Amino acid sequence: MTTLTKPGVKGGIGTSVRRPDGKSKVTGSFAYASDLSSEDMLWGATLRSPHAHARLLKLDIAPALTISGVRAVLTQDDVPGEPLFGQEEQDQPVLCDGIARYWGEPVAVVAADDEETARRAAAAIVVEWELLEPVVDPDRAADEGSTFREMKVRRGDEAAVGSVVVEGFYETATQDQAPLGPEAGFAIPDGDGGLDLYITSQWIHVDHRQIIVCLDMEPDQIRCHPAGIGGAFGSREDISLHIHVAMLSLATGRPVKMVYDRSESFVGHVKRHPSRMWYRHEADEDGKLVKVKARLILDGGAYAHTSRAVIANAAFFAVGPYNCDNVEVDASAVKTNNPPAGAMRGFGAVQTCFGSEMQMDRLAEALDMDPLELRRRNVLAAGDRLATSGQIINGSLPMLAVMDALESIPLPSDEIEDDPRLLPGGTGLTTPASSVVRGIGYAINVKNLAFSEAFDDFSEARAVMTTDGVEIHTAAMEVGQGLVTLCQQIARTVLGTDDVEVMWDDTSSIGSAGSTSASRQTQMTGGAVHAASVGLRDKILDAHGGDELSYDGVYRRGELVATIDQICAEGPVKHHVQFRHPETFRPDENGQGDVHAGFVVSAHRAVVDVDPELGLVRVVQVDTAQDVGKAINPQAIVGQLEGGILQGVGLAVMEQLVIDGGVIKNPTFTDYLIPTFLDAPSVETRVVEEGDHFGPFGAKGIGESPTISATPAVVAAIRAATGRDLTRVPVLPEDIIGI
Amino acid sequence: MNVTITVNGTERVVDVAGHESLLHALRNDLDLPGTKDACEQGECGSCTVIFDGESLCSCLVMAADADGSTVSTVEGLSSDGELHPVQEAMLAEGAVQCGFCTPGFVVAGSHLLEVNPHPTEPEIREALSGNICRCTGYGAILRAFETVTGEGS
Repeated sequence: MTTLTKPGVKGGIGTSVRRPDGKSKVTGSFAYASDLSSEDMLWGATLRSPHAHARLLKLDIAPALTISGVRAVLTQDDVPGEPLFGQEEQDQPVLCDGIARYWGEPVAVVAADDEETARRAAAAIVVEWELLEPVVDPDRAADEGSTFREMKVRRGDEAAVGSVVVEGFYETATQDQAPLGPEAGFAIPDGDGGLDLYITSQWIHVDHRQIIVCLDMEPDQIRCHPAGIGGAFGSREDISLHIHVAMLSLATGRPVKMVYDRSESFVGHVKRHPSRMWYRHEADEDGKLVKVKARLILDGGAYAHTSRAVIANAAFFAVGPYNCDNVEVDASAVKTNNPPAGAMRGFGAVQTCFGSEMQMDRLAEALDMDPLELRRRNVLAAGDRLATSGQIINGSLPMLAVMDALESIPLPSDEIEDDPRLLPGGTGLTTPASSVVRGIGYAINVKNLAFSEAFDDFSEARAVMTTDGVEIHTAAMEVGQGLVTLCQQIARTVLGTDDVEVMWDDTSSIGSAGSTSASRQTQMTGGAVHAASVGLRDKILDAHGGDELSYDGVYRRGELVATIDQICAEGPVKHHVQFRHPETFRPDENGQGDVHAGFVVSAHRAVVDVDPELGLVRVVQVDTAQDVGKAINPQAIVGQLEGGILQGVGLAVMEQLVIDGGVIKNPTFTDYLIPTFLDAPSVETRVVEEGDHFGPFGAKGIGESPTISATPAVVAAIRAATGRDLTRVPVLPEDIIGI
Repeated sequence: MNVTITVNGTERVVDVAGHESLLHALRNDLDLPGTKDACEQGECGSCTVIFDGESLCSCLVMAADADGSTVSTVEGLSSDGELHPVQEAMLAEGAVQCGFCTPGFVVAGSHLLEVNPHPTEPEIREALSGNICRCTGYGAILRAFETVTGEGS
């Protein structure tokens, strides 16, 4: 698969090179956070609230302390520094502060000689609660003004009216990221009062900032290290066990390991906000959008986490990738006693894409127009204004080219195969091929790239030339997506050598790379690595009067003038950068302004087979075309597209946390269904390469886009097959049967 | 209690607790963390091992019941630095992202090819439907197995 990018360089940009960590992952030697251990370590465990809303009347840790092998039992009184943490708003107690505000809120933590003793000791703590009424209805919270943020978008003429009007109410369920790797942390005392902390994270610097405040430590006393991560998808954007494991290690003076089991993981990280959305679309007789109104309520649960940014995204992408001059959006992230919500792949845009794309299909029906034709008449292009914020689209936005590319993909054969494994219901043998109805649906989406709303968004990287090759230093988190390969490819191409190693630095060794989220690392850390590599190359060329850097040294007009040893005669040569994307601004009181740095678009077509009598669905094929800017690693892109689509398919037909009275009823892989190999559709992909205005070689981030419109495309296909007016995801058998 | 397990060809004696699963014994007592712990309910396949010739979830086997058994884990799959063809194909096809499911897939997949060297696509999907991957959408994993069986590109 590897091709030459310039003479002598293998594995540069545009090639599908293998992951450098791949071999250790297929042989089982790759060390994930949950694999770390040491001889003298203790195990940590957490006692959690069994109630969604309750007052702590009594907390007696003495019974736990009497158990042999228990080394520490800590409560909120033992938090050394600030009692509250939070990425955007410090509102969550490290441990229960007298009121439990959600089911599963941490109350106390224990360190013991082994895992079983730690869990037994946590269970031995005596707690008495006074039950309080939980607020679990997001509408009630909205009515009471219990919100993390209310967003208002007002653009254009309120009095504008269209001749064709459709209204709808839509809901999306709570989706869990369900990364396979559990939350895990390993804290090691440094003997000097400080700690080294190995954690699963998406952004170690923002974790570090929160941890030191709660531990009352100087920044250099705590070093957060990246540990091997088994997927993230937003679940590791916020603190989980980080402060707890550090507190236990400081209290005992011993290394402490904490790992959540699956049920604990389901309560231990934030989830995708469930949503309720009301929409009104008005168009003229040609199908041009005249006005869009939306009311959005996203349930943020008990604590803020990233709800403020999520609700802004939901509001700004409430109209989707369409032109519309008159827009009114009211969006609230409400505070309830449900499990906290936060980041998940798509970050607010998933919910509103479902609502607005369902509306576009209804509008097409009302106009008796082909749904794709309706979309084509309204789609955004570079230079247009985003319907909500009104900002002129900067960078590329090849929506029409993406739609053309999607339509060029052949449809699967019409034949329904009579193999139970390929029929709705699977090997349960419930559906004969003759009962199957096929449907096809489309959806498209736009999302912002990197952080918006004036956030000071940057990534640091350092390129170092040594006699042993090039080192790239970053604190960015590789969570599985392939950033490690991308950084190598960029550095190889710029520096003319394939001998590049990416070194994951801790928080004391380099500045922040920002979060591995918001589809931002390809452009941000990729951009930082590119700039650091260019700076290093130019520094070396200047020093030796060269015009080309290659694997063996500096060349001038084709002649080698300095070897690598000569380049590094006085030690390694370094270049350090802090990379920023174009400046963004806070929206005004009407949600107007240059809020976003850039945009990415994609389109999806789903083919489904449905048994309308039994309400069973098999998603046969989901095809996509994706705006990528520039394909740095084509194979890794396909991996992101296929994987992202399957998470969108999951939300469309099976994934939901069932939450009743604030209590998660299905916190296991037995009851929270994730698509398996048999549920996964075939996927055909196309990429559109139209270079963007920032980021390395014009590349765009594509981590989230594949998930966003996969969900409404599948639902549109089920609607096409059944004629049912489906308004909630996941679509369940009872929705299709109509009971 | 002491149990004797032949792990990757070597007889090991290990002191296990009555409540302990084979998965825990492998990871915590036998220092073989390649077998992954992701759900402990037999739903995700991350802990797949070959147990007396059967591919199964080691989280569902009590360590005490493994006395006298023969167990193969991901650590025993490659020999002398040579990757198993399934491992090689997973790398070549980009079937590894976060990699947490990968040990389970290579163990279950290598066993599949032993019992059925030329599986069809539905047979591959069915045989590996007990292994959950959250990153790849299974496309690259399917292509990897089709490459090994000669069906792929």
